[in-house]
Amino acid sequence: MKIEFKFLILLTLVSFTAFSQDKFFTRNATISFDAEGALKDVEKVAATNSGATCILDVATGQMEWAVLIRGFQFENALMQEHFNENYMESHKFPKSFFKGKINNLADINWKQDGQYPVTVAGKMTIHGVEKDIVAKGILSLINGKIGLKSNFEVTASDYGVKIPSIVGNKVANEVKISVNATLEKFVR
Amino acid sequence: MNVLKIFLLKSPALRLRMLLLVCWLAGFLNTFAQDAPSLLDELEEEQPVTEHVRYAFKSPRVINGHSMEMLHEGVLDFRILHRFGSISDGYYQLFGLDNATMRIGFDYGLTPNLTAGFGRSTHLKELDGFIKYRLLWQSTGKRPMPLSVIWVSGLTFNGLKDPTGDPNYPPSLSRRMSYYHMLILGRKFSERFTLQLSPTFVHRNIVENQITPNDLYALSIGGRFKISNRVALVWDYGHVLNRVSSNTTANPLSIGFDIETGGHIFQLHFSNATGMNERAFLSDINGDWLRSDIRFGFNLSRVFQVSSKK
Repeated sequence: MKIEFKFLILLTLVSFTAFSQDKFFTRNATISFDAEGALKDVEKVAATNSGATCILDVATGQMEWAVLIRGFQFENALMQEHFNENYMESHKFPKSFFKGKINNLADINWKQDGQYPVTVAGKMTIHGVEKDIVAKGILSLINGKIGLKSNFEVTASDYGVKIPSIVGNKVANEVKISVNATLEKFVR
Repeated sequence: MNVLKIFLLKSPALRLRMLLLVCWLAGFLNTFAQDAPSLLDELEEEQPVTEHVRYAFKSPRVINGHSMEMLHEGVLDFRILHRFGSISDGYYQLFGLDNATMRIGFDYGLTPNLTAGFGRSTHLKELDGFIKYRLLWQSTGKRPMPLSVIWVSGLTFNGLKDPTGDPNYPPSLSRRMSYYHMLILGRKFSERFTLQLSPTFVHRNIVENQITPNDLYALSIGGRFKISNRVALVWDYGHVLNRVSSNTTANPLSIGFDIETGGHIFQLHFSNATGMNERAFLSDINGDWLRSDIRFGFNLSRVFQVSSKK
């Protein structure tokens, strides 16, 4: 009887910690990339999307991103068409994802505003191909909001995105990606 | 509501135990929810938005006729069109390749829904200009639209020294002019397949003889089937509804491939038409496919982003 009682109290405490999880999110995260080839053309091979979704669970360090491929805006309309139609095949793979975790969660003092270097590891899905990825970035705490910033590189061919040799010196296989988000507390 | 009944239980110990059990159950279920594979699933789906259907054709022309695709805003399309001689001319003329007529033209996307262009053909030294406006844009999502509707109006100017060849009809501005209007009803059925119908009206101020009507009514059908990301099969047929029976001409039929290489689009095709504007390929003499009176031709399109998008 007593044991059962203690067990129930313990379980209850555990479930209360599960309740107290805090999530932060945004739908206006910015993701931009630059795939400028060796040619260093006048025309920029770059695009930006300011409608990405990001959600972070500060209790577990779990972090997820989603972005609509069609939402990437190029300066050159034809480039945007080719990006959607030929390279990313956005009709088949409309979204890209990242699902991962902050590795050094213990280094962040959630009660103290400031900038914390973080390492995030997880799985990135681009063009329907899932790959493990690790990226370093800065997590900043300002007035109850969480800022996330990172620059990293992905290799297009790893994700089955073929760049024809004819544009090989114009479009780089190594794509520089930068992400920037300001997360607010998620209220259901 | 049943949860509240716990407070009605008589024994305080039992009451506490039941309360703890309920809390634990709630927590347990909640933990289950946490185990869901994705945090993103917890965000409610974004508001549905209206999504325009894009890239129905690779080019604003099917082959000869206008397509349901518009030029993007601020884009200049420099087009060089070639039509060689008839394949039935045989080896002496290298199956028509020794002769060519051409049209050189510039189209510009003024807004996402408005394009204007002009061109000049060697055939009849003809100058042509048009405006093309998208009235409806095929869309999915919040406000779906099953098809795109595009209006095109154009005029042509015969630049020959003596366009009629008849001293009774000396050249004048009005005798050189013709007009065309068309409505394009198009739908991209799938990523690969696009089909469009275009009722067309052509008015020529002067015609060859008294029995030939000044007004021609035609129904054109054009389509595309994408073979790969960069290659598509395209076809374009114009059925003239009121041609005089004695007329020896045929309705224009063109079949070809769109090949895309970076900033260029090559349209390689076979056609029985020589004309490269609506007046010319609908009202001028066309060859007979069954007698191999067809010609090889290509359209070369090079687009430039002249002003940057908003």
